[in-house]
Amino acid sequence: MRTAFLGAAALVALLAAAPAPKTYTVEIRDDKFEPPSVTVRAGDTVTFVNDDDDAHTATADDGSWDSEGLNQGQKWSHTFTKSGKVTYHCTVHPFMKGTLVVRSAS
Amino acid sequence: MKRRDFVGHVAWTGAGIVYALGTDGLVRATAASAKGQFAFVQISDSHIGYSGPANDDVRATLQKTVAGVNAMPNQPAFVIHTGDVTHLSKAAEFDDARAILSTLRAPLITIPGEHDVIGAEGPKRFAAAFARGDAKGRGWSSWDQGGIHFVSLINVGEGETMGVLGDEQLTWLADDLASRKPSTPLVVFGHVPLFAVAPEWGWTTTDGTKAIALLKRFDAATVLNGHIHQVVEHSEGAIRFATARSTAFPQAAPGTPNAKPGPLAVAPGSLLGVLGYRTVQVEGGAAWRERTLAQG
Repeated sequence: MRTAFLGAAALVALLAAAPAPKTYTVEIRDDKFEPPSVTVRAGDTVTFVNDDDDAHTATADDGSWDSEGLNQGQKWSHTFTKSGKVTYHCTVHPFMKGTLVVRSAS
Repeated sequence: MKRRDFVGHVAWTGAGIVYALGTDGLVRATAASAKGQFAFVQISDSHIGYSGPANDDVRATLQKTVAGVNAMPNQPAFVIHTGDVTHLSKAAEFDDARAILSTLRAPLITIPGEHDVIGAEGPKRFAAAFARGDAKGRGWSSWDQGGIHFVSLINVGEGETMGVLGDEQLTWLADDLASRKPSTPLVVFGHVPLFAVAPEWGWTTTDGTKAIALLKRFDAATVLNGHIHQVVEHSEGAIRFATARSTAFPQAAPGTPNAKPGPLAVAPGSLLGVLGYRTVQVEGGAAWRERTLAQG
């Protein structure tokens, strides 16, 4: 019980130290990801919003995540937990490219 | 109607065939109709699932396409759909497309576009709905019919491989063509154009030149693609290329200032005039005619 209490206390301390998770937005418009590069912390969420008049995807080049097809007005959110840099693209418009940098939460 | 609505390819000099433009605007073969004529139809880019200003009923325009093909008095040996059957690779889109295309009287062959292989499930759904039983690798295949050697290539895929054939497929193609005589009429299908129409819009196959090199020893090779929703013709030596109209919506012409690829809305009442399909006749070389949905 005591151990559990200490563990919980440590978790509270950690949460107090780390900034609250944020949500970022990447807009898809005119065949571009805006902004083209986003830096977040592990635990943050990125919402991809298709504001374009064409279908798009946001798909990690390494295959680790994929919005799949988004029609105009549709959005897709993903919480990034693994730190590192991932480049991504739209599978139906491969010339559309973006970069997402995930920094460790600590 | 514009002359180019009728005429995709007016004169093909291979094998001594002459195609003439009649006073009614229709192309007629003056020699090819005599014997051994082989005909097929190409349809493309139906984008079932799209609904927007460029076309609010893509199922209806595909149905109209099928009705036009079914009304041909001499049915084609087959109909090939050169990809982007669906808009977002959704299960319901494949179901709708399959239901409409299954009403074709002629046998159907379908190759995928990049819109048919979105996400992890897209390729599986496409394969379940349309894959050829004799396909190799990711779906490429070849067959002989009517004295012609047909090849269907796959240049879309998962991830960033849209517009890429890949070494495995190129090796297969080299082996497939190796035993064919140069006099064998060759017809090659793919979704994305093999030649560079507009690379900045993704309208090219980056290793397409390697495939084109393999076709150069043939007396008459024809390469038919979709993807760009409009007719663009091109030739390199004895190889003739043509992209096809969509059954769903047009896209901007390459090089149009301030334009981008994607659904292009046209003036009310003019949509059917920019959608259509292609009838192809092969004897020696291939000759084709474009038919818009406004023509029925």
